[in-house]
Amino acid sequence: MKTQHPLARSLVTVRTWPIVTDMAVLAFGLAMFFAMAKIGSYWLEKPTPNVVISHSVWALPLYAFYSIVRIGIAYLLSLVFAVAYGYIAAYNPRVEAWMVAVLDILQSIPVLSFLPGVMLAMMALVPGHQLGIEMGSILLIFTGQVWNMAFSFYSSLKSIPREMVEASRIYRYSAWQRFWQLEMPFAAIGLIWNSIVSVAGGWFFLIACEMFVLGSRDFRLPGLGSYLQTAASANPVDMHALLCGLAVLVLIIVATDQLVWRPLIAWSDKFKFEQTESVDRITSPILTLLQRSTTLTRLPSRAWGAMEERLYRRLSTTQECRVVQPVDGPGKSRSILIPVVFGFFAGLAILWGAFKAVQMVHGVTLADVRLLLLGAGATWLRVNASLALAALWTIPVGVTIGLNPKLARILQPITQVVASVPATALFPVLLVGLIRLGGGLGLGSIALMLLGTQWYILFNVIAGATAIPSDLKEAAAVYRFTRWQRWTRMILPGIFPYLVTGMITASGGAWNASIVAEYFHIGDKTMQTLGLGAQISAATDSGRFPILLLATMLMATMVVTMNRLVWRRLYRLAETRYKLEG
Amino acid sequence: MLESVANILDSAAVPEAIIRAEKIEKFYAQPSQNRIQVIAATDLEIVPGEIVALLGPSGSGKSTMLRMLSGLSTPTSGQVYWHDKPIADAEINVSIVFQSFALFPWLTVLENVEAPLQARGVEPGERHNRSMKMLDTVGLDGFEAAYPKELSGGMKQRVGFARALVVEPEVLFMDEPFSALDVLTAENLRSELLELWANKTMPTKAVFLVTHNIEEAVLLADRIIVLGRNPGHIRTDFKVQLAQPRDRKSQPFTELVDYIYKVLTKPDVAPEAAPEQQTKVRDQRQMHYQMLPHARPGGIAGLLELLLDKGGREDIYRLADDLSFEIDDLLPIVDAAQLLGFLTVEEGDAAITESGTQFANSEILRQKELFRTAAVDNVLLLRQIRRALESKSDHTIPEDFFLDMLDEQFSEEECLLQMETAVAWGRYAELFDYDAGRRRFVLPDMQEDEIAASKESE
Repeated sequence: MKTQHPLARSLVTVRTWPIVTDMAVLAFGLAMFFAMAKIGSYWLEKPTPNVVISHSVWALPLYAFYSIVRIGIAYLLSLVFAVAYGYIAAYNPRVEAWMVAVLDILQSIPVLSFLPGVMLAMMALVPGHQLGIEMGSILLIFTGQVWNMAFSFYSSLKSIPREMVEASRIYRYSAWQRFWQLEMPFAAIGLIWNSIVSVAGGWFFLIACEMFVLGSRDFRLPGLGSYLQTAASANPVDMHALLCGLAVLVLIIVATDQLVWRPLIAWSDKFKFEQTESVDRITSPILTLLQRSTTLTRLPSRAWGAMEERLYRRLSTTQECRVVQPVDGPGKSRSILIPVVFGFFAGLAILWGAFKAVQMVHGVTLADVRLLLLGAGATWLRVNASLALAALWTIPVGVTIGLNPKLARILQPITQVVASVPATALFPVLLVGLIRLGGGLGLGSIALMLLGTQWYILFNVIAGATAIPSDLKEAAAVYRFTRWQRWTRMILPGIFPYLVTGMITASGGAWNASIVAEYFHIGDKTMQTLGLGAQISAATDSGRFPILLLATMLMATMVVTMNRLVWRRLYRLAETRYKLEG
Repeated sequence: MLESVANILDSAAVPEAIIRAEKIEKFYAQPSQNRIQVIAATDLEIVPGEIVALLGPSGSGKSTMLRMLSGLSTPTSGQVYWHDKPIADAEINVSIVFQSFALFPWLTVLENVEAPLQARGVEPGERHNRSMKMLDTVGLDGFEAAYPKELSGGMKQRVGFARALVVEPEVLFMDEPFSALDVLTAENLRSELLELWANKTMPTKAVFLVTHNIEEAVLLADRIIVLGRNPGHIRTDFKVQLAQPRDRKSQPFTELVDYIYKVLTKPDVAPEAAPEQQTKVRDQRQMHYQMLPHARPGGIAGLLELLLDKGGREDIYRLADDLSFEIDDLLPIVDAAQLLGFLTVEEGDAAITESGTQFANSEILRQKELFRTAAVDNVLLLRQIRRALESKSDHTIPEDFFLDMLDEQFSEEECLLQMETAVAWGRYAELFDYDAGRRRFVLPDMQEDEIAASKESE
């Protein structure tokens, strides 16, 4: 018998219980079908502005399902968009610089302040259906997820080794073959890790945007987020429902990790660009099980293979597959007309939008502006206070964990689960505690920001401490460094690049969190404090768009400026001076 | 009988070139609007039936030349023809064997070899058969399901060869194919390649090999082209008449190797007239900064001491052999010592000068002093940095200042290498110090003061 090469590996593995897995796969397929039908009928319902969100525990599975579908669709959209965006940016020198700059700015804009605009636009687009609100929330989650994925894909494409690209050119690969055999595999690992981060961020936004007030209108989507918020704002607070909701959320997050991410990471191991096989690898029992299922591996690859063969035969007659395409040549002189026309219209649209926005801001008084600036200052202080607090506790703890492999093995999974619970879900619980203690939101909001951002720093510090080479540690021991010397000469410089990476992510997260942390409905009260985030939320509530616009622009400017002036410089310093090579 | 007649006819007819380059030139654009010429206008032909080796020091544009001839890179001016058709429009059939193998780590050995056939729309069955046959030919029978990372370097390059040959290329390009391999593996693969070529097991009509290994070139090639640098140009192009298999120990072989060494060590004696230059382009040979060879001061000291041990004069080829160095590693050190006036090169021999002898006989502090004098006397860049530091009131100058000046003469990459070498030499000679954090040059005593000051403040 001839060996079938794509399956060579899975044929070798011992098969156990293939029928059971196959049945499970079948059942899964049926369930998917049912779910699609259910979602479809729900989306096409008339919008009922006052969806009653149940407190019952029995409503939880359905709500959780709705939330998962939202996240899932938003994620798939992000993936497609990220790949397309990265591809266009990497291969079109004319637009590359622009597209990367746009990425950079969009990455640092607080997504939550777009909520009202996006919602209204989507409602206008699909009037009379629940679908409008639904699309709005999905779009919002999408904007929270997509940028780092796009950036990851773009930078992967740019870092493909030159000789690999040349090999694909000299052997006259079509763009299709290059994409599947070179670009996608090369970018896969980065894309998967960024997907994990993105989906975690997606939960944060989902919970914030499933239920909100805009002017006189009250938007509600059945889901986990609205469930948690309803439970928290009931009078008295429905503690039981709140805790159940949280438990389901944690369960979903752990299950996603085990059922989706771990198998994906284990599978992506083969895309590692390495010359020799590494020793420790992440394993996933789920992946092993799936690979043993005959239906799942053989059928799709057969069907796919047959389709692909036809495509390859057709592609082989194109110019690209017959003539070697130079890597540095001017390429075919494409008409410049289309980009110019496109640019012209895009420019017009942007000008018109900017003009309209300026017109809108016209009615803002000087007192409003002063208040906004004051709020910006307050939020800036809070963000940095929360960063400092986070660094203060995570550095010693992270270094202790990182330098002690045994401790790391035990604590790492636990902290990962704790960290994966979105801060927005914990806010209500924390707020209830704050109220009972009688504390105000002024300082309380710092604690709330801390909740969302400390983990980024902790994980990076752990990673940094783990990466300190053992010969440095031994040298420190041999020369009897004092504790002070150990910290200033070895540990702090060693973790510096990781610390900076963590702080950058955390700072972005803290700005975003300020929008939900400084202003909160609980019971029938509204808690708020002076701050830019509170002003954005309040403007959303009362439908004051000019204030909302100004506040958003102010926040975006501050974030971008901070990135340019502080974080990027620190990052460059980390890259050049404190990088441990070898 | 008939065959011999055919042979005579064959040799009588002038073979038509497969690839012909006409006045190809290559420039790289610099961020500062300057254009650096990498290759000066060059004519070159690849004709059927020969293995051509392209030799040259690093920075002579060997790889760039290969990429232009294979259609991977477009010449800035001039034209490459494939059977009299411009290469950009021709359906050329060539392969490249890469130095880094350039295999796809996520594909199995078989999939790697099949991929080029897939691009050409070959049916799965035929694809499989042809690839398996080729794997068999290069001695990889039984490894088809392995992944490249499971293989040793030599095996990986065999996959590289199988992938290159499976498309039955008319010209096989090789870019330093053996330099990432250990000596024995490389030797083994070379002789197997020769065997495939001699037995006509591969349908390939010509082989174009880029290498920096002189012996490898003499061992394999029917024709050797030596490139010079700044900008890359052909210095000599000759046929190798030795019969295969060639014996490394035989006299004609060693004489030929020696001859090439001589050509390589005398870059200033240009055999031909300078190629015509375009306007606005700086003639690289009139540049006022010398190209600093990338050698460390410690290496220079080591070479001089060794040379003194050998009686002050030695064949460079023998020196490289004694040190078991590749010529690419030794030449920069020789060049550097020559630049500093510590030795002279005559007829492929390195001879130590008086100052060199003095240097080699001194202890370390005195060596630094001698090095300092030699560096200030002979190296413009170091002299400029020192003078500038002395004349500035705060005794520090940003690195960018000098990078901007180097930028007019060297490529971006080379500028950084030049700066790196200058820093290494300047630090050794205690001419100046370099603060990597602030990217500035400082006078050495200045820095000591600063350190003292910062210690006090702590």
